[in-house]
Amino acid sequence: MDPLLLREERSVRALLKEVDALLERVDRELRIMEVCGTHTMTAHRSGLGNLLRKKGLRLISGPGCPVCITPDGIVGAAAALVTERPDIVLASFGDMLRVPTPKKHLLHLVPAKGSTVKTIYSPEEVLDIARASPGKQVVFLAVGFETTIPSIAWTVEEAERSGLKNLSFITCLRLVPPPLRAILASGESGLDGFIYPGHVSVIIGSQPYEFIAREFSVPGAVTGFEPVDLLLGILSVLRQIEGGEARVDIAYSRAVRPEGNPAARRVMASACEVTDGEWRGFGAIPASGLRLRNRDLDAFERFSLAYDFSWENMACGCGDVVRGLIEPEQCPLFGNPCTPEQPMGPCMVSVEGSCLIHYKYGDTMWTG
Amino acid sequence: MCLAVPLRLIEISGDIGVVEMGGLRRRTNLSLVENPKVGDYLIVHAGFAISILDQQQAEETLDLITRCIEKADGSSPEKGEA
Ligand code: SF4
Repeated sequence: MDPLLLREERSVRALLKEVDALLERVDRELRIMEVCGTHTMTAHRSGLGNLLRKKGLRLISGPGCPVCITPDGIVGAAAALVTERPDIVLASFGDMLRVPTPKKHLLHLVPAKGSTVKTIYSPEEVLDIARASPGKQVVFLAVGFETTIPSIAWTVEEAERSGLKNLSFITCLRLVPPPLRAILASGESGLDGFIYPGHVSVIIGSQPYEFIAREFSVPGAVTGFEPVDLLLGILSVLRQIEGGEARVDIAYSRAVRPEGNPAARRVMASACEVTDGEWRGFGAIPASGLRLRNRDLDAFERFSLAYDFSWENMACGCGDVVRGLIEPEQCPLFGNPCTPEQPMGPCMVSVEGSCLIHYKYGDTMWTG
Repeated sequence: MCLAVPLRLIEISGDIGVVEMGGLRRRTNLSLVENPKVGDYLIVHAGFAISILDQQQAEETLDLITRCIEKADGSSPEKGEA
């Protein structure tokens, strides 16, 4: 066995031949949504996205970037907290803290006296921050899909176990399958298939997507993040299209089991309960979010925060981008004035954001 | 966020593990995976291991790719050749 085969050009070339043969047999333009921002990255950085488009297969990015779908109202609440209250330590992932607001992003706001903003990499870091800052209230702006929610949930439970009184959470925890139902039910997308996110599926398995095959007859495959993985996923979708079938295949079986990761889901279910969730671009989606069971740990309750929708940036097209309704290039602000240096919306900030990925790799074409 | 190079688990103490890749070592929380063993390859996301790679399934995927390559150019790929 040679694990490097996953990285090699000859593997990509061989799989592309199979893709070509299938596309010829299917013989029509196809639209496949890759739900995860990291798939968008794989497709564009490698240049496969543009190559496939020339062959008649268009990859559309979906609502797969947690930072991008977090509504401005939640970021606004975090901004209000750290600018208006003394002795707050607001912690979050780097991309989240750089999401623009009509004023400044969270890292550039002027915090109230004694308050600060901290970038973290892993949720559990907030435990140490809280232990090291006994005189402060530490608030974790915790956003994520099923990939990240178990580690956030573990952190919540660890805070309870160790009796930390100065840690609370502003959460935007969202589930991936419900917006896919919203996209299909609206009928606006005209999708021929889905590439499901590899690491969300590590946790939830393949079953939660079954309704897409069953109710909407749309094929799909879970896959990983090497260019080869992406092509294996696309191949299994194309084979289903050719055979007139709709299933949920797993093309990433080295990491994803059909039943997912039950241990991680137990932690998630023990700390969180399902609720309706607000999404940028979609509004409220029923049963698409999680909230903490322990309401004392919810910063909205602890500090009587309110969603602040006055922060909504109406000019930014991110709402349509995350629904797959427009390509980033179709946003009138794309590239001028919206750039990675001066982002106007979260999709130009996050490493998983479609606008940033298109800006950086828009012209890249696979030439191997 | 999902850039997932599998990392090799080289040390376990309780729920904390040390993973390694190319000589770089990192601490990883093991609370979310069942029965991790030294030598396992893990997918680590935001400091937490979320999946233990299934070696047998990995081999099957590599076999599949090898067959594709053979079909595509009619020659057996040699190990190590770039
Ligand atoms: S180009 Fe900028 S303003 Fe337009 S949708 Fe993307 S992030 Fe928003």
